[in-house]
Amino acid sequence: MAAATAAAHVGARTLLIEREEALGGVLDQCIHPGFGLHRYREDLTGPEFAHRLVGELAASGAEVWTGSTALELGPSRPVARVVGTAGLVRVRAQAVVWAAGAWERPVGALLIPGTRPAGVFTAGLAQRFVNIHGLIPGRRALVLGSGDIGLIMARRLYLEGIEVVGVLELRPFPGGLLRNVVQCLHDFGIQLRLSHTVSTLHGRDRLTGVTVVEVDEHGRPIVGSEEHIEVDTLILSVGLIPETRKIEPWVSLDPINGGADVDGWFRTRIPWLFSAGNAVAVFDLVDTVARVGERAGLAAARHARGDLPVGETVPLVREGNVGHLVPTSLVPGVATTLFVRARGPLPRARVEVGPGVVSRLHVGVRPAEMVEVDLSPEETTKLASLPEARVEVRPA
Amino acid sequence: MRVAVVGAGIVGSLIARELARYEADVLLVEREPDVGWGITKANSGIVHAGFHDPPGTALARFCALGNALFEQLALELDFAFHRCGAWVLAFTPDERRVLDGLLNQGMENGVPGLTICPPDDVLSEQPYVTPDVAAGLWAPTVGITEPWAVALAAAENARENGADWHVGEAVTGIAVRTGRVQAVVTDRGRYAADVVVNAAGLWADRIAAMAGLSEPRLAPRRGEYILLDASARAFVRSVLFPTPNPHSKGILVVPTVDGGVLLGPTAEDVSLDAKRATETTAHGMAVVRAGATRLVPALARMPAIHAFAGLRPESSGRDFVVGPTPVRGFYQAAAMRSPGITAAPALARWLAESISAEFSLQPKSRFISARKGIPRTADLSAHEWDALIERDPHYGQIACPCNGVTEGEIMEAIRRGATTVDGVKFRTRAGFGRCQGGSCADRVLAILTRELCVSPEEVTLRGPGSALVADRVRP
Repeated sequence: MAAATAAAHVGARTLLIEREEALGGVLDQCIHPGFGLHRYREDLTGPEFAHRLVGELAASGAEVWTGSTALELGPSRPVARVVGTAGLVRVRAQAVVWAAGAWERPVGALLIPGTRPAGVFTAGLAQRFVNIHGLIPGRRALVLGSGDIGLIMARRLYLEGIEVVGVLELRPFPGGLLRNVVQCLHDFGIQLRLSHTVSTLHGRDRLTGVTVVEVDEHGRPIVGSEEHIEVDTLILSVGLIPETRKIEPWVSLDPINGGADVDGWFRTRIPWLFSAGNAVAVFDLVDTVARVGERAGLAAARHARGDLPVGETVPLVREGNVGHLVPTSLVPGVATTLFVRARGPLPRARVEVGPGVVSRLHVGVRPAEMVEVDLSPEETTKLASLPEARVEVRPA
Repeated sequence: MRVAVVGAGIVGSLIARELARYEADVLLVEREPDVGWGITKANSGIVHAGFHDPPGTALARFCALGNALFEQLALELDFAFHRCGAWVLAFTPDERRVLDGLLNQGMENGVPGLTICPPDDVLSEQPYVTPDVAAGLWAPTVGITEPWAVALAAAENARENGADWHVGEAVTGIAVRTGRVQAVVTDRGRYAADVVVNAAGLWADRIAAMAGLSEPRLAPRRGEYILLDASARAFVRSVLFPTPNPHSKGILVVPTVDGGVLLGPTAEDVSLDAKRATETTAHGMAVVRAGATRLVPALARMPAIHAFAGLRPESSGRDFVVGPTPVRGFYQAAAMRSPGITAAPALARWLAESISAEFSLQPKSRFISARKGIPRTADLSAHEWDALIERDPHYGQIACPCNGVTEGEIMEAIRRGATTVDGVKFRTRAGFGRCQGGSCADRVLAILTRELCVSPEEVTLRGPGSALVADRVRP
């Protein structure tokens, strides 16, 4: 919505295609607060935040097709085949923004031994059951993974009267925002067990329990630490993966972000294709996603009117301790905000882009919270002159 | 003339369909909540060429015959079948010699097109195979299918021709008097029968025992599988076998008809009464990964989306137990170990013909041989799809984004008998893709609730005891 609004605002004839009947995507199921603190300086729920964006979109004059799915896109031209209840339509454009969000890593990807019963849900699915459909997934639940949505679902299920026996995290530190650890777990007395995971699922038809095990620093189970926990519900918050299904056969993806390689304009390696939001890399805050979307929408509109030439870009190279990195390349002379996710927590960290171009000190760097580094036009130009532009997060 | 077929797997369903060609009342009884949910649901889905089996066995005979029937059957019953061919890969001189043996065995079994190729040929056809491959046996007639889809198609076609299905109903006894079958007794009723066909898969030994027979003696063998994300498909064009050992065909790399890649199976003998021991194990999955990586190293990096295990009915004789028995009217279609799926169409035809000869059945004057599958919008032309949407706009609503399954397809699956989330999944592939239902399970549940006029708490994943949700948020 932010991309479409931004593009329409600068005069581009803009069409937004949305698979669901309602606009807002995952925001509509996120009925908890914490949205909009940066963008609107207000504490909004997900649907409230979406409602604001819907209003901005409507005012922008962009055309909106809901209940419409882009089936095929490109690769040679910005043409999409779209299906909806009115039939199939071919849409021609000058530029496309791919902003399809992310999907949840399924239980099958974890290869947890045991049975395959009902009662194992990804956190987002459980959230849709509870918040959209008004259905309770089970009676006694364990959450695997301390990503934000796992933490939020632990609280949500607790509030609906489900016994939440705890949240397990494979790593020795929580995956979600600190504020969510406090507000979702501590405030409700829900236990967070770091360096623990589920090693076996039990129950043929419905989940009857899980075996929980402690892991060592390499994530390997510690023999003898097995413990059986009776639950009928397992909620998984084990990773969001950028949605790239329609573009991945022909667009260069960043293996760590999971989404398309994008430059400072959020342009992919295909000049007419831009990508934004969680489809590029999973961001922490919807405020950031909206900001990024606006930039991509603006750039797409400029491309559509022939005002965004394709030039050399400068690929960024990750050094140790850098996970997500957006964008993955720079446009020389264009001011750019880098979003950098550290792989492990550091009490004091130096974020360096260069070598020797930008060096910033950050206190309390955590994998759950991306560090933002603003690069000026001069700095991106300077980085372009280096043999290799590197991004590094190291202890300070 | 009344016939009861026990077991609606691929074997029983195809037998029911073949018997439905004749003037007979055919009843298909299945203990699982849906068609094709036993052995048929969890195996490699391969239509074998017939070079793996010793000449002279029922395995070899029905495999070669069955393989040749699949194209026609897939056309008649409208299920996915691709003859993608297979390579058996050898990495050592010893394995190379085994390939010679397989080639000779295959030729004796009448398998067409087998050739042994040097490494260069293997690698030019399959560029991602381990480069130190010593040789490959190419078998062009090997195919891939969805065995449960074959079972569903056959059962639907049998029904259209007058047969009945009873799913979720377990046979508890076979009434035999003076050496003749009288009736089938289930947990819900008693059905008089002149003929009973035992196609009960892993439970065929129990069914046979109910008729007083000591064969087959079955030993479940567990096979664990890992399903990879469709992105792995770039590395695999045909079915890849390692050189077989005396125990099993080994860990395979199998392209699936819906565009994924399946790895497995392991071959682990479980206890004789462990007929539901379909748990996966850490060891088994490690064996699968290692075995597949030995054939195609690049697969080590490819993400998994699902793991599962199936049981196959090994028997002491290592051959099918098929045909008439000393109990008049009691027929076996049992111990259908690999290549049971391949053999099923030929076996079904042969068995139905033997029964019709023995009981002088008359062919139906009007047998409908063609069955139309649920429209798969993802495979339709724009014109066909548009026409479908015009008839029913639900075909324009994508419910499963991974596989592009529309609400219309899900509703049609329910009309044809799906009552569970898995029932929808196996009929439409909704929930079969990379997110494994994370994006669509709630929508499928809502459609099931609406179409079956039940409450959400009554909708199950795969039958009694597997409810998806427990309650409403507010009463």
